[in-house]
Amino acid sequence: MITPLHSSLGDRARPCLKKKKESGWAWWFTLVIPVLGRLRAQTIMKARLKGAQTGRNLLKKKSDALTLRFRQILKKIIETKMLMGKVMREAAFSLAEAKFTAGDFSTTVIQNVNKAQVKIRAKKDNVAGVTLPVFEHYHEGTDSYELTGLARGGEQLAKLKRNYAKAVELLVELASLQTSFVTLDEAIKITNRRVNAIEHVIIPRIERTLAYIITELDEREREEFYRLKKIQEKKKILKEKSEKDLEHRRAAGELLEPANLLAEEKDEDLLFE
Amino acid sequence: MAGRGKLIAVIGDEDTVTGFLLGGIGELNKNRHPNFLVVEKDTTINEIEDTFRQFLHRDDIGIILINQYIAEMVRHALDAHQHSIPAVLEIPSKEHPYDAAKDSILRRARGMFTAEDLR
Repeated sequence: MITPLHSSLGDRARPCLKKKKESGWAWWFTLVIPVLGRLRAQTIMKARLKGAQTGRNLLKKKSDALTLRFRQILKKIIETKMLMGKVMREAAFSLAEAKFTAGDFSTTVIQNVNKAQVKIRAKKDNVAGVTLPVFEHYHEGTDSYELTGLARGGEQLAKLKRNYAKAVELLVELASLQTSFVTLDEAIKITNRRVNAIEHVIIPRIERTLAYIITELDEREREEFYRLKKIQEKKKILKEKSEKDLEHRRAAGELLEPANLLAEEKDEDLLFE
Repeated sequence: MAGRGKLIAVIGDEDTVTGFLLGGIGELNKNRHPNFLVVEKDTTINEIEDTFRQFLHRDDIGIILINQYIAEMVRHALDAHQHSIPAVLEIPSKEHPYDAAKDSILRRARGMFTAEDLR
């Protein structure tokens, strides 16, 4: 659903975000990878961060290599297209000349189509891991228009054929450049998308998880520390309390000294004195 | 892929097609379908579009040459074609010289280079 938004409405008017906030658990997962806050998890996360960074750098290099080749091809395409404009003009002139001398042979030519003499092959070229198709033209079979223009205008027709053959070669080269251009365009888009995904989603996620683990570990330490302190305090209080108790009882005279075995006393149990 | 040859198709006015046929690219396939279309004043845009789509679907055509003024008429069909093969090349015709600003392919690279920068 697409709602026209006023910025003051904020997230309330964005149903897709609203859904994310309500299903809080799933939304949180995209921020931080769920791990226990242990030391081992920290080492694992560090290794993952390193891996993601290396991957991102490699992909960036690939993207740079592809972009470089892309610009070279683009430059060549523009040059070749300008050249093609000229060659086509020449060919069109020679066609007009031939028409002037040989009369209108268009219909005969179109009727006599049989097999093509010029065909193209597609080969594969490789740039930074991207396969590009490249066209190569080749001749096969005989010229089916050998007899055209036999009556008149033979030389103009021969010139015409040569011009158009030249044009075809140039156009095949141009087609190769164009296909490489289109393929590289796609490849560059995909690579850049991956670089951005790693840079803006995966690496921040890992960094946030690392920060979370560190805070958890710190928290545990502080808990232990706090617990120790509290226990010490409690012990101190207990000790003070029991001493005070002792004092009171001594002062009240309730306290009996325990019997001293070493003191001389009359023992009633003795039968003979 | 390297062995089987592919054809060059042409969609253009009579002169362009004649010239290229003399260059030797014309062929009739098994069903007597030609790999070219002569566009005259009374050829409808639908016909041109249909032939273009047919050429795209045929797997024995590697390149499609099309006059630029005809390409303008079926620009939407050209822009929808995103694959690298068959390659679609826009060529000038006698009356309409080549205009780099209208070319489908060069439009994608607008902002990176213009023809004037490289002159």
